[in-house]
Amino acid sequence: MTITTIDRLPAELARGHGGGGPAPVRTVVAYGFWIFILSDIVMFSALFAAYAVLSGNTAGGPDGRELFNLRNVFIETACLLFSSYTCGLGMLSAERREPGRFLLFAVFTFALGAAFLFIEMSEFAGMVRAGAGPSRSAFLSSFFSLVGMHGAHVTAGLVWLVYMVAQVLAKGLRAVVLRRLVCFSLFWHALDIIWIGVLTLVYLMGAR
Amino acid sequence: MDGNERVFGDRSPGVEQQESTANFLSYTVGLGLAILATIASFVVSQTDLLWPPGVPVGLVVLAFAQIGVHLVFFLHLGSGPDNTNNILALAFGLLIVFLVITGSVWIIANLNNNMMPMPVH
Repeated sequence: MTITTIDRLPAELARGHGGGGPAPVRTVVAYGFWIFILSDIVMFSALFAAYAVLSGNTAGGPDGRELFNLRNVFIETACLLFSSYTCGLGMLSAERREPGRFLLFAVFTFALGAAFLFIEMSEFAGMVRAGAGPSRSAFLSSFFSLVGMHGAHVTAGLVWLVYMVAQVLAKGLRAVVLRRLVCFSLFWHALDIIWIGVLTLVYLMGAR
Repeated sequence: MDGNERVFGDRSPGVEQQESTANFLSYTVGLGLAILATIASFVVSQTDLLWPPGVPVGLVVLAFAQIGVHLVFFLHLGSGPDNTNNILALAFGLLIVFLVITGSVWIIANLNNNMMPMPVH
C-alpha cells in the first residue's frame, strides 16, 4: 500500500464510508456472503436447539452411547479440518494466479470432503439398518435433522467446488471468478465451524 | 485483479491481503492449533482427566477456542478497524444463536419440570 500524498489519504480511507466512492466490489460481495453465512448459522442454531432439547428422549430406543463410533467421528473431523486447510491453500494459489496449484488443492479439498460424506453416509445407513432410523425416537429425529443438514451442506459445497473448478478451467482466474472462490471458501470454512459444534454437542457429549 | 480493487478501508472475511507467506503461515498455525483443540476434546471426553461433572463445560470451552482459531486463522477475522463490519455482523449472529439455543433449552426444561406425571402404560 503506497499512499504518498497527504491529500489522497482521507479520500482513500473514506472509500466505502460515505466518501471516495463505493467500497470495492470484492469487499461488498464477500461481506454480503458473510451475512448469508451468519444467517445459515442462525438456521443451524434452531436445529442445535432442537437436538439439545430432544437428545434425552430416546423412547426406549438406543442412545448415543450405543450408536456413535468415535473412531469414525475422529476420521470425519480430520477429513473436514484438512479439507478446510487445503481449501485455504487453494485460495492462496488462486490469489497468486497459479491455476495448476489451485486445481491440485481443489482435488484434495474435494477428496477429503467426499471421504467425510462417505463415512457419514455409511454411518447413517448402518444406523437405519440397525432399526435406529429417524422415525425411531425424538432423539434420532433431531440427530438426523442436525447432522443430515450439515451433510447436505457439505454435498452442496462439493457440487459448488466442481462448478468452481469448471469456471477456473473455462474462464481462468479472473476477478469475477476469484470473487466466487472467496464466497466458496467462506462457505467451506463455515461448514467446518458448524462441524465443531456438531462434534462437541452430538458426538463427544452424547458418547459419554 | 481489477485495477481499482486495492482495498484501503474495509476487509471482508476470507479475503487475503497480507503477503502470501504470512497467509500460508496463518493457515498452518491455525491447522496446528485446531488439531490440538480437536485432540484435547477427544481426550477430555474419553478419559477422566477432568472432574467428570465438569467435562461438558470443558468440551464447550474447547469448542469455542477452536471456533476462535478458525475465525482468526482461516477466515482472517481480526480486531482491526478494517474488520469492524464483519465483527459486528458476527456479534449479532452470535447473539441470535445464543438466544435461540439457551432460550429453547431453558423454556423446555421449565415445561418438563411443570409437566404432570405421565401415566405409565
